[in-house]
Amino acid sequence: MDLALAPETLARWQFGITTVYHFLFVPLTISLAALTAGLQTAWVRTEKEKYLRATKFWGKLFLINIAMGVVTGIVQEFQFGMNWSDYSRFVGDIFGAPLAFEALIAFFFESTFIGLWIFGWDKLPKKIHLACIWMVSIGTILSAYFILAANSWMQHPVGYKIDKVRGRAELTDFWAVLTQNTAVTQAFHTLSAAFLTGGAFMVGISAYHLARKKHIREMKTSLRLGLITVVIAGMLTAISGDVLGKVMFKQQPMKMAAAEALWDGQKPAPFSIFAYGDVEKGHNTVAIEIPGLLSFLADDSFTSYVPGINDVNKAEQEKFGPGDYRPNIPVTFWGFRWMIGFGMASFAIGLAGLWLTRKKFMLPQHLRVGDDEVPHLVLFKNKALSPKLSPWYWRIATWTLAFPLIANSWGWIFTEMGRQPWVVYGVLQTRDAVSPGVSQAEVLTSMAVFTALYAILAVVEVKLLVKYVKAGPPELTEADLNPPTKIGGDTRDADKPMAFSY
Amino acid sequence: MELHDVWFVLIAVLWTGYFFLEGFDFGVGILTKLLARDRPERRVLINTIGPVWDGNEVWLLTAGGATFAAFPEWYATLFSGFYLPLLLILVCLIVRGVAFEYRAKRPEETWQRNWETAIFWTSLLPAFLWGVAFGNIVRGVKIDQHFEYVGGVGDLLNPYALLGGLVTLTLFTFHGAVFTALKTMGDIRVRARKLARWVGLAAAGVALAFLLWTQADSGDGKSLVALIVAVAALVAALVANQLGREGWAFTLSGVTIVAAVAMLFLSLFPNVMPSTLNGDWSLTVTNASSSPYTLKIMTWLAAIATPLVLLYQGWTYWVFRKRIGTQHIAPDAAAGTTH
Repeated sequence: MDLALAPETLARWQFGITTVYHFLFVPLTISLAALTAGLQTAWVRTEKEKYLRATKFWGKLFLINIAMGVVTGIVQEFQFGMNWSDYSRFVGDIFGAPLAFEALIAFFFESTFIGLWIFGWDKLPKKIHLACIWMVSIGTILSAYFILAANSWMQHPVGYKIDKVRGRAELTDFWAVLTQNTAVTQAFHTLSAAFLTGGAFMVGISAYHLARKKHIREMKTSLRLGLITVVIAGMLTAISGDVLGKVMFKQQPMKMAAAEALWDGQKPAPFSIFAYGDVEKGHNTVAIEIPGLLSFLADDSFTSYVPGINDVNKAEQEKFGPGDYRPNIPVTFWGFRWMIGFGMASFAIGLAGLWLTRKKFMLPQHLRVGDDEVPHLVLFKNKALSPKLSPWYWRIATWTLAFPLIANSWGWIFTEMGRQPWVVYGVLQTRDAVSPGVSQAEVLTSMAVFTALYAILAVVEVKLLVKYVKAGPPELTEADLNPPTKIGGDTRDADKPMAFSY
Repeated sequence: MELHDVWFVLIAVLWTGYFFLEGFDFGVGILTKLLARDRPERRVLINTIGPVWDGNEVWLLTAGGATFAAFPEWYATLFSGFYLPLLLILVCLIVRGVAFEYRAKRPEETWQRNWETAIFWTSLLPAFLWGVAFGNIVRGVKIDQHFEYVGGVGDLLNPYALLGGLVTLTLFTFHGAVFTALKTMGDIRVRARKLARWVGLAAAGVALAFLLWTQADSGDGKSLVALIVAVAALVAALVANQLGREGWAFTLSGVTIVAAVAMLFLSLFPNVMPSTLNGDWSLTVTNASSSPYTLKIMTWLAAIATPLVLLYQGWTYWVFRKRIGTQHIAPDAAAGTTH
């Protein structure tokens, strides 16, 4: 069979498409749930109307987004059985458990409390309603942890034994699966990246409105919240990424050697900013390198030895038998760089923004503005950014909302492609994981259907997002300002229209 | 009773929960075309399930995840074997979820009408297809010695399974109609009761035929008891509906679903997916299950988490216990957009 259309290739493409697509919504959901909850907390505590309007605005964008996250997540739950039945048979004893935990603990939490939050504005007292969005936020984080623990087991299997009779891997230590350093580090990295994503989303949209001098009160608050989130989350993403890199150098040396296009082991090993290699011959033809940096990234020392692709390939051949154990080097190499590049670019733009829009007390009198004015972008002590340059910052800040989304996608493509040819590192190869009974035509059908459906839904959801972004925060109504005091709604409201209805 | 037997029961409980809960919201989705006369009425229907449909659907995700964890072989054979029907169900669930969330987010007539049409079809198709799927699971399918499904899509569309599809379709529509009678007020409530009578009679007919067929094929004493309970509850639900006892009608239609699912699982046990090619190739609770250690952890999880889920999901129904009428729907078609 033509390799390009082999069931394994198709199944991998389908998994890649559906998962990357799903993960556009996941980090936004995680972070916007918490950020919306934070804004609503500010409303409940201070009763300043700008917080309620901001809550409703970001809450709406959050809901448009989570709807897509939820429905594309259904596919993820069933795809293992549909396209990867031999994988499911081999690892179900281990891999199924975190998925079941995720469903029973996190999904129920999220889905139930999101319903209460959406429809609860006139049915729940203020504080209970607030608690609901926090519950949703907790649900999203728990969900992330369980699925990342499952993925970490594929990256670095622990707490299992192979049962030769039944021909499968069996769980021996669930606690090890949940708490191994791969899982903890990966969760730390993914969650901080999620907040970088949500922060940049907030910065981008606030900048859009501030550049047009619209909805200034809410957008100034949102901008600051977004910028602080971007800067803190950006730093945490970098730190956790560094830790995760070191973990990976130990657990999957091939992935990291490929990420650096380091063909042969070196001591000290350089970090390539740019490389163009010859995969067949196993070396780079062009490389721009920073000496010693890779050694530092791998091992905290500028002089350590780092094994290369050819070394690891040979070691794995000796250990697992003949074969090619190299992942797709260009994808791994560039995926790693695009992840870092786009992630750090959004962090840098956020850091610049945080400085440019710093608080009043740090500014001279003539550069301070009132609550209803767009802040000056103050570069130095007494100097604001020129009227020509200011719009450029707002423009760049608007576009930065896309950067973490790109970084997230490449991060996953890098870590999953970099693990190939293994689906479970050192235990099961991807080619042995596909469904033997599913035909090429069936996989093609489902891939075509999902791709077409997802493309249509992408257009629909982006158009809706743009519409609601442009509309800005809503005007508050009587009902918004007089929340019920009783669970189920006050009797005075018995015949009034619902505050929210589908 | 060993742990894999416990998990057989728990998987049955999860599917029962799914069919009980999503059953009525599928039914309500179908009624948007069958019962509602105009947009405000359609919106009344959609809003009776608005706050809860998502939580209801998670019962399916949990059933799927728990099957993966407790019976990996069952999960693998079922989902790779029933590939195309499952794909259709997934597409429906994707579109349906988006339809609920997005329908009111634009005021345009065509936008809203298109999503309403989507809600109808994406409720109707899964309501039918789940019955077909379970019909095939109980009846058995062509499974080879490697536990692979070797039949085609056509094999899944046999008379018994199609009858099963009609059972879930009519039963869920009935369940949705009595739910609507319980949750709405005004004219639509009265019409829901009338419609429930006819749909309920149809459901009783096909359900009786299907369950008797099942009993004759693979039933025993226990499944016979479940059969009698299912049929008796359905008849009682019809009577309660006729008497205007809406709470009872809904409870009893729920009992019907519980008993019918129980009967299917009772006639399945100890198989989880019988092979029609060779009895030795059937997937059973023993050869399809996970290791005792995994099952033990899963049992702890279920023992702690399930009661909590029931508690807070139950609370949601209590929060939204009030009936909804057209007066509760803001007249502006774009009402959803201002909040």
